Amino acid sequence: MTPRQTRIIGFVAFAAFVVVIAVLPSFISDFKARDYSYVGIYLIALLGLNILTGYTGQISLGHGAFMAIGGYTTAILMAGNEEFGGPLTGGMKDVWTLPIAGLVAGLFGLAFGIPALRLSGLYLALATFAIAVAMPSTVKRFEEFTGGGSGIQLFGTPELTGSIANVKIFGWSLTPNDWMYYLAWSIALVAFAVAWLILRGRTGRAFRAVRDSETAAVSSGVSLARYKTLAFGISAAYAGVAGGLFGIASAFVNPDAFPVALSIYLLVGIVVGGLGGLSGLVFGAIFITFLPLWAQGQDLGSLLPNRIIEETQKPGGPAIVYGVVLILLMFVIPNGVGGLFRRIGQLISSRRYSRSK
Amino acid sequence: MVVAAFSDFMQQIVSGLASGGVYALLALALVIIHRSTGVINFAQGEMATLSTYIAWTLTVNHGWSYWPAFVATLAISFGGGVGIHRVVIRPVERGSVLRIVIVTIGLLVAINGFVIWQWGGEPQQLQSPFGTDTYTVGGVVVAAHDVGTIAVALGIVFLLWLLFQFTKVGLAIRAAAVNPEEARLVGVRVTWMLALGWGLAATLGAVAGMLTAPTVGLDPQMMQAVLIYAFAAAILGGIDSPIGAVVGGLLLGVLLNMLSYLSQYGVFDWFSEELRLPAALLIILVVLLVKPTGIFGRPEVKRV
Repeated sequence: MTPRQTRIIGFVAFAAFVVVIAVLPSFISDFKARDYSYVGIYLIALLGLNILTGYTGQISLGHGAFMAIGGYTTAILMAGNEEFGGPLTGGMKDVWTLPIAGLVAGLFGLAFGIPALRLSGLYLALATFAIAVAMPSTVKRFEEFTGGGSGIQLFGTPELTGSIANVKIFGWSLTPNDWMYYLAWSIALVAFAVAWLILRGRTGRAFRAVRDSETAAVSSGVSLARYKTLAFGISAAYAGVAGGLFGIASAFVNPDAFPVALSIYLLVGIVVGGLGGLSGLVFGAIFITFLPLWAQGQDLGSLLPNRIIEETQKPGGPAIVYGVVLILLMFVIPNGVGGLFRRIGQLISSRRYSRSK
Repeated sequence: MVVAAFSDFMQQIVSGLASGGVYALLALALVIIHRSTGVINFAQGEMATLSTYIAWTLTVNHGWSYWPAFVATLAISFGGGVGIHRVVIRPVERGSVLRIVIVTIGLLVAINGFVIWQWGGEPQQLQSPFGTDTYTVGGVVVAAHDVGTIAVALGIVFLLWLLFQFTKVGLAIRAAAVNPEEARLVGVRVTWMLALGWGLAATLGAVAGMLTAPTVGLDPQMMQAVLIYAFAAAILGGIDSPIGAVVGGLLLGVLLNMLSYLSQYGVFDWFSEELRLPAALLIILVVLLVKPTGIFGRPEVKRV
């Protein structure tokens, strides 16, 4: 396939995907729509993390902490924190807090990107992991801002759109779950397009150069400091928006909503989706949203033999399934779903060329 | 007052050395795997928890006495570690670091699930082989378990040092870790040596778990915090240095106990028990930023 054909196929696939996303709620139950809105939210975070890890080569095991920053920014802007003695009065409508959540998390990302310049590979992974582990106790420590361990409740506040009643928008009436679904996915699709635009141009080339060889990148005039920090900033901003949406979707933020496991699952999501690709990430997001449910024998999992389902419904069973599936996936599709796509594409094009000979 | 403060101080040192000894063992396990496989084994803590549950089953359900169960657990753990390397790690070893990291995370989740599935989530009690006695030496009250822990930890480290320095197997393991291609050329069976490294790491973890359980209680989450302390200890000493891991572990144990000791007397009064973990993480961050190779680590030289 020529690059032009590849691009046309890409556009057609994206358009088809948008249509599928738009009509999906008519085919699934209202309750499921909420699950799928989490897929959209995770997709945003995965896009950001893949810009950093997949394209720039900087491993982060702490992106849950950036999501937490976004989530708390949204919650504080909405509910205020006067009741704990903080200075902010709140009262901002939920949707408008999201850009600010992205901005705040992005600034934290830039700030962390500067010391992270000194680290690479596993050292960076451990440093970011340290941040993810330290986050809950830090949040509890600054109780006057964050409400400590009990967190900030958003349910039923006037700032939260559609927390109880249906949402009327452009003459449509959406159930709260459908509203959440469309909100998350509109932002996710825009985030996808923006990521594609960033990565196809000069900046994306610089990111890839840094990933493939720092030495070669520097000798070609790419500033390591600038592009690594930039990647951290962009990536954290994505995580911040995802975190804000996460807070809105759960109508609640507290330290336990952003556990260390979240950071780990985000990394799992990009590896399953495929490093250094965007379209595979949708599968990564589906994987981290639904595998825990499948592991408990729901949906797809109900196809398993009853004996296995009985075992997996004992405490600990789902975790065994999750861990084993994760390991098997690394054996079977080492480059994630995105890598599988590329492989199939190569097979098709090589057949075409060998036939034309 | 001064005498009481002094004996309290000494007690904190001893119990700090005891918890530090446990961190040192687990840190040493991390270092051995990092040197041979080039990754951080995130499942190290869960492997140790699993071993400890095996020891618990042997003593409580099968009526074994402590030391035979101890030795049997070490043997089972060694076999388990070798098995994990052969079955799970070897297929991905040539791939990217991230893939191996994800596999160890998969192991972490699966082993933790298995422990809960098999033994339930409620805490169990594993007896200490050293009893609950305390000795008083010069006004300082010392728990027998703490002394025993320090002795076992140092003894294991000494045995390991003998193995690596004075045996052919030890030399082969080191050669396989430092330069696999050339080691293969001189007849070292590299993959088996790497598997032995995993076995040794699992054994060290088992000792760490069995020494931890009597003081904090045996439950499926027991080693998670200890693993973070072990990370901190390994980073502090230098992730590639076995001596560094031991010194780092002991140092970290004493340091954290000193912080809580001093906070009792008004110095560092912001410090509380919940801040033990963040304090360890702060140490990781500071060491990584100031001297990423740790106290004993050698700087890496990159060739273009």
